[in-house]
Amino acid sequence: MFKKTLNTEDTLENSGLTDEEQQLFSNARPQAYEPYPIKAVEDFANWARANSLWILAFGTGCGAIELRPLMTARFDANRFGVAGRPTPRQSSVFVIGGYASVKTLKRIVRSYEQMQGPKFVIALGICPVNGGMYFDSYNTVNQFDQYLPVDLYITGCMPRPEVLVAGIMELQKKIKAGECDGANRYVENFDWYKTNQKKVIKNWDMPDYNW
Amino acid sequence: MNDMLERLQRDFNISDITERKSRLTTFNVKKHSAETLLRELRDREGYTHLNFMTCIDYIEDEIFTLVYMLHNYDKKYSLGIHVNISRDNEEMISIHTLWAQAWTYQRELREMYGIRFPGSPRVDEDFCLEGWDQIPPMRREFDTKKFSEERFGHRAGRQSEEPRQHMKVEIYPNRGGSEK
Repeated sequence: MFKKTLNTEDTLENSGLTDEEQQLFSNARPQAYEPYPIKAVEDFANWARANSLWILAFGTGCGAIELRPLMTARFDANRFGVAGRPTPRQSSVFVIGGYASVKTLKRIVRSYEQMQGPKFVIALGICPVNGGMYFDSYNTVNQFDQYLPVDLYITGCMPRPEVLVAGIMELQKKIKAGECDGANRYVENFDWYKTNQKKVIKNWDMPDYNW
Repeated sequence: MNDMLERLQRDFNISDITERKSRLTTFNVKKHSAETLLRELRDREGYTHLNFMTCIDYIEDEIFTLVYMLHNYDKKYSLGIHVNISRDNEEMISIHTLWAQAWTYQRELREMYGIRFPGSPRVDEDFCLEGWDQIPPMRREFDTKKFSEERFGHRAGRQSEEPRQHMKVEIYPNRGGSEK
């Protein structure tokens, strides 16, 4: 059973939910990841994380087309420990494939929050950086890092799978060095991210955090 | 072909008959007789396939032009039926009774242009734009750049070139692009 946090000072409002739905979701805030107290253990854990990057199979834009050749024989991402996973609960890397429309952003936020830590976000293409060719679109967000924390950008339109491979190797380096703290940034600045998300997602009919 | 168009001209008062390509003719028809005309074309003339249905915003003339594109598989011929509706009273007869798939187009037109189709299934539900609170975005009075700047914001440092000038000066400097 879920457990509702009763301390009202530090809980989420879940104001997008009906009274009935309020009973179904927890209102607790997200918690930051605490590294292991012994550095060698944390380093070992980071090495293990870097070598088993499981990508969420959620093609959020046109860049998702580059993930298909990445998995097949020619580029063979399996040699880096990269695998596709069908559900957010099983995956640790979210590749934002290019532009994110507002409708998709809602699903992206939802999927990202369902992912279990440690989790990393790669923003693929120029669109998450500054909107790219959709800079004046009524439906595409221009600065993706306003809504979710990004660990690594791979720019280009479209980046080829080779660049994606290079990006994955770069992400592995950053994880091994312990620099990928996107999920913790999300927790620390949770209210700021939520405000930004609610500013563009007008029909917020989902819980604020816990799924 | 010409017999059919002559008959339609007599019965439905169609106008602006234009042969656009070797296998495509378009014409205008009045709003109130459009549904009957489409039914006639589908049932008697063999234009059984609705390719698509879309809308053009002629803001200068204060009209929307709805375009119904029909195809005849036996004659391999397409007909574009244009219907002008007023921008003030943007309402049109739903044709989901003729082609069931038309409700999708009508739902899209309702969302993107704000055209009403009374009786069309699920026409008022959100389609691509969830929670949209502005005027429909494909209407030409909607300033999409301004909206994007206000709602999404722009990252500093973005640089844009005017394409014609950039090509003249940077890419083809020898073709009359002396000014720099």
